[in-house]
Amino acid sequence: MGRIEDTFARCKAEGRSAFVSYVCAGDPDGPTSADILLALARGGADILEVGVPFSDPLADGLTNQLAAQRALEGGMTHEGLLEVLRKVRAGTDKPLVLYTYYNLLFARGLEASCAALKAAGADALLTLDCPPEEAGDLLAACAKHKLQAIFIVAPTTPPARIAAIAKVASGFIYYVSRAGVTGERSDLAADLAAGVAEIRRHTALPVCVGFGISTPAQVRAVGEVADGVVVGSALVNVVAANRASPGKAAEAVGAKVRELAAGLERRP
Amino acid sequence: MATSSLIPGPEPRFRLPDPRGRFGAYGGMFVPETLMTPLLELGRAYDEARRDPVFQSEFAKLLRIYAGRPTGLYLAESLTRHLGGAKVYLKREDMLHTGAHKINNVIGQALLARRMGKTRIIAETGAGQHGTATAAVCARFGLKAVIYMGEADMERQALNVYRMRLMGAEVRGVGAGQRTLKEAVNEAMRDWVTNVRDTHYILGTAYGSHPYPMMVRDFHRIISIESKAQMLEAEGRLPDEVVACVGGGSNAIGSFFEYLDEPSVRLTGVEAGGRGIRRGEHAARFAGGRVGVLQGCMTYLLQDAEGQIEGTHSVSAGLDYAAVGPEHAHYHDAGRIGFGYATDAETLDAFQLLSRSEGIIPALESSHALAWGFRRAAELPADKVVLINLSGRGDKDVWSAARAMGVEIKL
Ligand SMILES: Cc1ncc(COP(=O)(O)O)c(C=O)c1O
Repeated sequence: MGRIEDTFARCKAEGRSAFVSYVCAGDPDGPTSADILLALARGGADILEVGVPFSDPLADGLTNQLAAQRALEGGMTHEGLLEVLRKVRAGTDKPLVLYTYYNLLFARGLEASCAALKAAGADALLTLDCPPEEAGDLLAACAKHKLQAIFIVAPTTPPARIAAIAKVASGFIYYVSRAGVTGERSDLAADLAAGVAEIRRHTALPVCVGFGISTPAQVRAVGEVADGVVVGSALVNVVAANRASPGKAAEAVGAKVRELAAGLERRP
Repeated sequence: MATSSLIPGPEPRFRLPDPRGRFGAYGGMFVPETLMTPLLELGRAYDEARRDPVFQSEFAKLLRIYAGRPTGLYLAESLTRHLGGAKVYLKREDMLHTGAHKINNVIGQALLARRMGKTRIIAETGAGQHGTATAAVCARFGLKAVIYMGEADMERQALNVYRMRLMGAEVRGVGAGQRTLKEAVNEAMRDWVTNVRDTHYILGTAYGSHPYPMMVRDFHRIISIESKAQMLEAEGRLPDEVVACVGGGSNAIGSFFEYLDEPSVRLTGVEAGGRGIRRGEHAARFAGGRVGVLQGCMTYLLQDAEGQIEGTHSVSAGLDYAAVGPEHAHYHDAGRIGFGYATDAETLDAFQLLSRSEGIIPALESSHALAWGFRRAAELPADKVVLINLSGRGDKDVWSAARAMGVEIKL
């Protein structure tokens, strides 16, 4: 079994949902972002999503846009990304999921990109602007290089599409809890449980819920219905707040993830 | 003639895109999952609407009574004498209400949005022409309009910002990146992702995810339907060459479409050469770009080796964009449409030449096509005919053109 399956099996055995963290590689710089990812792993994140900075992140809200901009201005490159992945992989065995855009993979060739990412320690790709309809070549490249392909289900996705997505997806299903771009939100979608239940009718894959989760109470609430809880913007904001003193960023993000993941402690 | 402009015919040009939205290798639907269902719904709604005689006649009627179609085909005699070569005809899209071809597409999409029960409209704009057309049509239909515009473009097109607000639209400045058209599209897509249930996104060019490139093309097809009939009436034959400027590609595909299956007619798209073909100094995607995926489709893009999108520059906000419509990418590779570019300097020369020789002030976007077309006309013998699409009027550009030419206008 792969790292992702192992992680969900372990969390299930512990009677809890997985904590999935998101930060952007290279924010505020390459070495610091590797330290941040390792701090997340130590602090209780079970799966590490690694954002790949893109000049035009149209699926992302302001928080992640600014993170990508900081990373690119900080000199993040494809080679820099691989270095971050290698460093993190050397320090943790937790799954690494790349959160990226199609053009970044396509520019070097889908095959070559997948090969390089796999060799650097990645376990899966989530390509935000690649729905199943356009994923043929990418799926082939992922299969060849043993990367899992994670797909998003949105509140707007009707049952027939969920079935089609489930057919090509591996690793887990990423359910965006409401229509919109990434970013912190004060309320959670009321029909979350119904949405997750609908997805489970079509697949045995674990379902992770993300987009807008930012407090321990929300983490706990989502953890009641989903196999994994994704927290991004709330962590990215901590990175941003420590921009002036990158040495403190990893520690601060570690503290934040401990606070948030506490909501997922073993159920009685 | 006009009532059938949305019906596909049997000729090869109607076979694209395929049902997946592909023009050969280009196009497609590279969007976040949240947008897939709305886009598929839009495709179905459009497909129904285009076949509905009521929709067709409403579209044709509004083009006539609101936009001011048909536009004239004008023989520029004085200019032709000045150039001393082929006859130059101008298709006068600049005479349309709100000042550019953009309104053809806006009328079509607004009718479609109303038919789909959407109450809120969003749009991106570069030069402000598409935003202005959207603001006008939304005022006419009682739809709420929110227009996204890069802050740099708001400065160089301040007049259009005021016009949009005057007609009741909300104009939202976009401060990300280089603060031009590309960033406005990102922001409009984010808005759409968030508000998709009540909102329709009127994309302003033949770009983006399927069905936009096809739908926008169809709404602009009227340009070449008219010009072909008008040219046959004026000259008794087809033009030797049709020239249009290419931002995302809407006025160009509209001007070319009915000639695609006429091998005697040479078709040329003119991109923004800016200050020259050097990184960040231009927006000539076919001259300096590579195939990639941006904002919904696969096409030629200005990008670096890592796939990051490069900055662009053009004297005209409407051509200042890193990617080109997928149908153009296909016909480029197929060799059916040729592409060239005009630099800022050549464009400003053409802007002045048309103003002086014909008393017609062209948009800076259209002046790119003029620069190319004038050069071709001068090379060709007097029995040849060059048709240039005058996509818009230059009133909006007087300020920035003056500045680019070093003239200070005091108010
Ligand atoms: C007058 C005019 N022509 C051309 C364009 C470029 O757009 P397209 O390539 O879609 O025709 C614009 C865009 O703003 C415009 O205002």
